[in-house]
Amino acid sequence: MSRLFYRKLKDRLALAAIVLLAFLPAFPLFHILYGILKQGLSVLSWEFLTHLPKPPGEPGGGVGNAILGTLMLAVMASGMAVPVGVLCGVYLSEYARGKFGEVVRVAADVLQGVPSIVLGIVAYLWVVKPMGHFSAFSGAVALAVMMLPVIVRSTEEILKMIPETLREASLALGVNYWRTVLKVLIPTGMVGITTGILLSLARIMGETAPLLFTAFGNPFWNLNPLQPVEALPLTVFKYAISPYEEWILQAWGASVVLTLMVLGLNLISRFLAWRLGGR
Amino acid sequence: MMSRNPDRIFYGLCLAVALGLVFLVLGIGFTLLSGSWLSLKKFGLAFIWHRVWDPVSEEFGALPFIVGTVVTSLVALLITIPFALSSGIFLAEYAPARMAGPLAALIELLAGIPSVIYGLWALFYLVPLVRWVEMKFGAPPFGLGLPTASLVLAIMILPYAASITREVLKMVPPEIKEAAYGLGATKWEVIRGVCIPYSLSGIVAGLLLSLGRALGETMAVTMVIGNRSEVPTSFWDLANTMASVIANEFTEASKDLHLSALVEIGLLLFLITLLVNTLARIIIAKLQVK
Amino acid sequence: MKKWWLWLVLGWWAFSGGALAGKITLLGAGATFPYPLYSKWFHVYYQKTGIKVNYQSIGSGGGIRQILARTVDFGASDAPMTDEELAKAPAEILHLPMAIGAVVISYNLPGVPSGLKLTPQVLADIFLGKIRKWNDPRIAQLNPNLKLPKLPIVVVHRSDGSGTTFNFTYYLSLVSPEWKKRVGYGKAVRWPTGMGGKGNEGVTGYLKQLPGTIGYIELAYAHQNRLPVAALQNKAGNFVLPTLKSLSAAAKTHIPPDTRVLIVNTDAADGYPLSAMTWILVYKEQAYGGRSYERAKALADLLWWCVHEAQEYNEALFYARLPENVVAIVEKLIRSMTYKGKPLRP
Repeated sequence: MSRLFYRKLKDRLALAAIVLLAFLPAFPLFHILYGILKQGLSVLSWEFLTHLPKPPGEPGGGVGNAILGTLMLAVMASGMAVPVGVLCGVYLSEYARGKFGEVVRVAADVLQGVPSIVLGIVAYLWVVKPMGHFSAFSGAVALAVMMLPVIVRSTEEILKMIPETLREASLALGVNYWRTVLKVLIPTGMVGITTGILLSLARIMGETAPLLFTAFGNPFWNLNPLQPVEALPLTVFKYAISPYEEWILQAWGASVVLTLMVLGLNLISRFLAWRLGGR
Repeated sequence: MMSRNPDRIFYGLCLAVALGLVFLVLGIGFTLLSGSWLSLKKFGLAFIWHRVWDPVSEEFGALPFIVGTVVTSLVALLITIPFALSSGIFLAEYAPARMAGPLAALIELLAGIPSVIYGLWALFYLVPLVRWVEMKFGAPPFGLGLPTASLVLAIMILPYAASITREVLKMVPPEIKEAAYGLGATKWEVIRGVCIPYSLSGIVAGLLLSLGRALGETMAVTMVIGNRSEVPTSFWDLANTMASVIANEFTEASKDLHLSALVEIGLLLFLITLLVNTLARIIIAKLQVK
Repeated sequence: MKKWWLWLVLGWWAFSGGALAGKITLLGAGATFPYPLYSKWFHVYYQKTGIKVNYQSIGSGGGIRQILARTVDFGASDAPMTDEELAKAPAEILHLPMAIGAVVISYNLPGVPSGLKLTPQVLADIFLGKIRKWNDPRIAQLNPNLKLPKLPIVVVHRSDGSGTTFNFTYYLSLVSPEWKKRVGYGKAVRWPTGMGGKGNEGVTGYLKQLPGTIGYIELAYAHQNRLPVAALQNKAGNFVLPTLKSLSAAAKTHIPPDTRVLIVNTDAADGYPLSAMTWILVYKEQAYGGRSYERAKALADLLWWCVHEAQEYNEALFYARLPENVVAIVEKLIRSMTYKGKPLRP
């Protein structure tokens, strides 16, 4: 009897330990959110979102250029990564048989694991050095490379989930394979593919390391892809390590904006995935 | 015949893009190799274990940064393991389904917070805390350095490691769990005796993937590691990781050899993360065969 | 339905192209030492002329690297380029002094809000890691009326390539043979002790946050952040605080025509020993890499404005104005800038 008691006691103790250890890390994680909101909300204002930064030591100013820059980098990176990534996913799901498909999958996995700072070096050597100057374009190249593997693998998986009968039906109606892919398969998998794209966007929007020596930063408005551009993560980094109190406060403010953008994308993609699952 | 042509073109396009992806990866490796050629030629393999990083006399060795990266990442992993396993087990086994879903989603959302924000938080909340601890232990009260960097890394990889653990545990077939319950096992005995052994290799692979993330993490570490390019002699020391030294010095290196040495550190970082990730993938691949 | 994004892209190109044609953005990078001053200057210049100057403070080492790689319109540095670096340049580079600043020894010491005095030898030994506690007898001897706490000294230095570091380590090499032998001088050195901060901003950030720290930063950073600065004993034996007066006193010395000279460890009896000039680096021949005449002209005009009208903003930000003799040299240098052989400012 005592042995059973001992076993039950052990069961209870394990449960207590697991619950304790499982909920302890919630403290720092929520403290981060708390810190961002507590410090950051106080600086949020229309001026903060739409104005250019002021020289250090002068109050006021905003991060409008950084918000625009981050959006611009995201659009440019998607412009490069989405067509390539989706086509590559189509190849893997529709055509890849045997060894070469495996090679492509391994390549995508390797790409997924490359540290972002290393991609920054590569973008510097590929784009910045030959072009002769820092640019939004070089930053977008680094970010696009980061987006690729996520888009490739999610597209492949979504297309593979589409029942074979749909393909056969389309082909039986005399539709070409390529039309079948573009007009039947991709629209059917649209929600899933979009989810992958949004997730990859959320992954790159907060990236700082590869932008340090590519997009570089810019205290003015800029929409020219061949000029350096500011980005929110760069602003957070620059302001966070600075000694100016206004800037440190603005770093928290910029963090709120950045977190909302990234979490927003995550939530939208999650919602889409949930709707997909529900169907 | 005509109708087959566009299909061929489309196939060609897809194939070209897929080839492009492969060449992209090869190109990254090749670029890193050629970019570090100057340094490779000058220092050879000794670059890896040479402990001096001196831009004045142009003497470069990667050991301080390799040590910094390996120590912070491994310590972070060790700190994270009990918490990540517990969270994963709790979500997969204990939490009621209605609660587990939203909780898991929340954890994954936290994993999405940009690393520069973790760094900002660490700089203003973690540094004073570590400083206080260091005062208590009589260590030099930097507040920055290996302990702070390891802690922030541990916090950053935790959500990732926890959600993988949960996914892996959920894959345990219910039948074998039922069988164990049928024999009169308690819940903890089922978890310890059935679930964990069954999914052990998956959990290890997940932890390896988390380690891979920690190795390449740049911004949060750069902000709290203290940027000291010497081999650390104690755990309280300031240090530099491979990623942080690149972030600090890449745009500033005014000599070709310095830049080349930094690219070589990038190459080494690429190879180390590749090794860890490949190991994890091999384990996962074996798992799927089983 | 598919065309809308095409229009979007076209619109974007037209818009940004139009913006490009309308106003020039000059790109500069380098020293963090004059960053507060430059960001003020360029802000004013933008409001006056509509010409944008994007200056990124990435460190003097970076400024030299980027101008050599021609990725920027101008580089900025607090250390003159070495002969070896100049030999690597694809064309002749001009050094244009912009302002005079000071490297100050700042500290964060509970109970000592100001008034620390240091000799060059003690300073060198602190940065060599030989003096490890704030209540060390050698510091106490110099500061009999300060209550020095029994706190470990935490040295903060720069983690990036920096002209501030160059001036500071060059000075230490002049005053301490041991420093010269063990460490030497350069834009980045192998530090015997301490932690690294990125940029003057980063070092100042650590100084503000961590008690027991000592570090070297630009005077303006110390003032803007209300950090105390130490008085340094100069060559004549006087303890001198960095002020605008003691800075210009240090700069009244012989400047060669190419302006590549350091003014640390001055002979002047009331001169601050860690004074430093800061330079902008440009190519003498501006027609390279497909640059337009307008761009080259805009750069020359900007530089001219910087050494004249802009100098009035210096003192409010704790930089000394360029002395007359230096301005005369810079004018000559700017006049020597050409576009396809023709002077830009005759």
